[in-house]
Amino acid sequence: MSVPADLKYADSHEWARLEADGTVSVGITDHAQDRLGDLVFVEAPKLGQTVAKGKECGVVESVKAAADLYAPISGEVVAVNEALSGSPEKVNQDAYAAWMFRVRPSDPAELNALLDAAAYEKVVASEEH
Amino acid sequence: MPFIPHTDDDVRAMLASIGVQRTESLFDEIPQALREARLTAVPPQLGEMDVMRLMQQRAEQDGRWLNFLGAGAYEHHIPAAVWQIVTRGEFYSAYTPYQAEASQGTLQVLYEYQSMMASLTGLDATNASLYDGASALAEAILMAVRLHKSSHRVLVPATVHPTYVKVARTIVSSQDIELIELPYCTEQGTTLPESLQRFGEKPFAALVIPQPNFFGALEQVHALTDWAQAHAALVIGVVNPVALALLAPPGRWGQRGADIAVGEGQPLGVPLANGGPYFGFLACKQAHVRQMPGRIVGRTVDLDGRPGFTLTLQAREQHIRRSKATSNICTNQGLAVTAATIHMALLGPQGLRRVAQACHANLRALLGRLETEAGVRRRFAAPVFHEAVIALGAPAAPILERMRDQRVLGGLDPGADYPELADSLLVCATETKTAADLGRYLEAFTAARHAG
Repeated sequence: MSVPADLKYADSHEWARLEADGTVSVGITDHAQDRLGDLVFVEAPKLGQTVAKGKECGVVESVKAAADLYAPISGEVVAVNEALSGSPEKVNQDAYAAWMFRVRPSDPAELNALLDAAAYEKVVASEEH
Repeated sequence: MPFIPHTDDDVRAMLASIGVQRTESLFDEIPQALREARLTAVPPQLGEMDVMRLMQQRAEQDGRWLNFLGAGAYEHHIPAAVWQIVTRGEFYSAYTPYQAEASQGTLQVLYEYQSMMASLTGLDATNASLYDGASALAEAILMAVRLHKSSHRVLVPATVHPTYVKVARTIVSSQDIELIELPYCTEQGTTLPESLQRFGEKPFAALVIPQPNFFGALEQVHALTDWAQAHAALVIGVVNPVALALLAPPGRWGQRGADIAVGEGQPLGVPLANGGPYFGFLACKQAHVRQMPGRIVGRTVDLDGRPGFTLTLQAREQHIRRSKATSNICTNQGLAVTAATIHMALLGPQGLRRVAQACHANLRALLGRLETEAGVRRRFAAPVFHEAVIALGAPAAPILERMRDQRVLGGLDPGADYPELADSLLVCATETKTAADLGRYLEAFTAARHAG
């Protein structure tokens, strides 16, 4: 299981990456894609939609389950990865390249409150038990 | 399904194994007072012979009517082969099968049904049916609000079947969805697109368009669809499946087509039977399919590459999505749908079109005779399919009652739902009526009017 050290994580299994332009990219973790299995559908929030940290903002659906997508950070959705609508398998192939949407954070400090790689690995380990 | 009775020994063994002395102890949770309540409205049990006699009496009471009543449930000729095939044991269930390995025949029938309904509505996908037309409208409204995401307002013309609106209101009101009634034009009997401006000032999630509407009249579906979609709202068509054989299918309404189409499937091979069971259909564009309620059957291949059928897109459904499922509807009307599939297969597109044409011709003939022989004219000017409102100039109820004395169901008194139409009558003629039937209607109608 891959948990890149340069990303932030939510205990609901999303990752967040601060981009150079100040926006934050969001996707689901390698662990999440592995547990869900082959993804068949990604429903990201709409462009321009306001999302709130910890609140549902979309759905990922696999051949065996459907899971809600929670926003790891609050703000306005400024980009949606359209490539995933036709090829959700990209999430299975590389969960950290397959960003789902980008947020312009209303409170950038929220990013610091997210888990770092080590803390997220502990969350995953505790769930395995 | 076999009925397996328990012997006294069985019962004793079962009680012993759970450590209970008497069967009555299993009901200790229920207060004594309730357990001893007498159900006074429930008659005593009857023997088989008595039941036969009772049902014969009831059947005689039902009588044999010459029926010109429509208003949502329509009398059509059903080829005898339809129910002969439906009542085969292999089909005899209301349920959609989970187990693809044991249910290929039923799944294929449902797949064929979905294909036919998609073709009839001009839309990409349909589910395996819902309870009835009214609850299908409610599901479509819920679906549209989920898809729209930002508005909970839905515009519903006053020309939508009043019962559908009541059912939809009951189902959607607890989800904070507001149904806003649109007025109709009292000359045309339809919803005028140019009158809607003020309703578009605030955002709305969807516009419902009935075709034909409750008055049997044809709405301006293209202009209404374009108007709603220009306001970033979805369009829900409520359609009569027989009429679709002649009219533009919802998928081709306006520039972009309706988003969702629903309706009552009863006219497709399901007999009138004291209100049901009927079935509802729901079709939508491919882009909306993940918000569709109900079961969907898909065509696939098995491990050896052979074609087969299975339930698909199940992540929408309650056994996977739990409380966030698109709907709690998981049962459908499998048997009625099987009848509809066989009915449509026997008629074919040409046959269904001939039925629709015959309905329309019969209504026109009836309206013509009402005008020339009884001096009664249509209440509204808009074109109609197989049903129309006629202006009586006197209350409908007593006239209908006197027609019933002559074994003729003369139509529906719309006054209860539309007080302004208390002196009118909603009358329907399907392909089942002959020229002699129309003559009998005129006779009964004229006598009933003059007796007052």
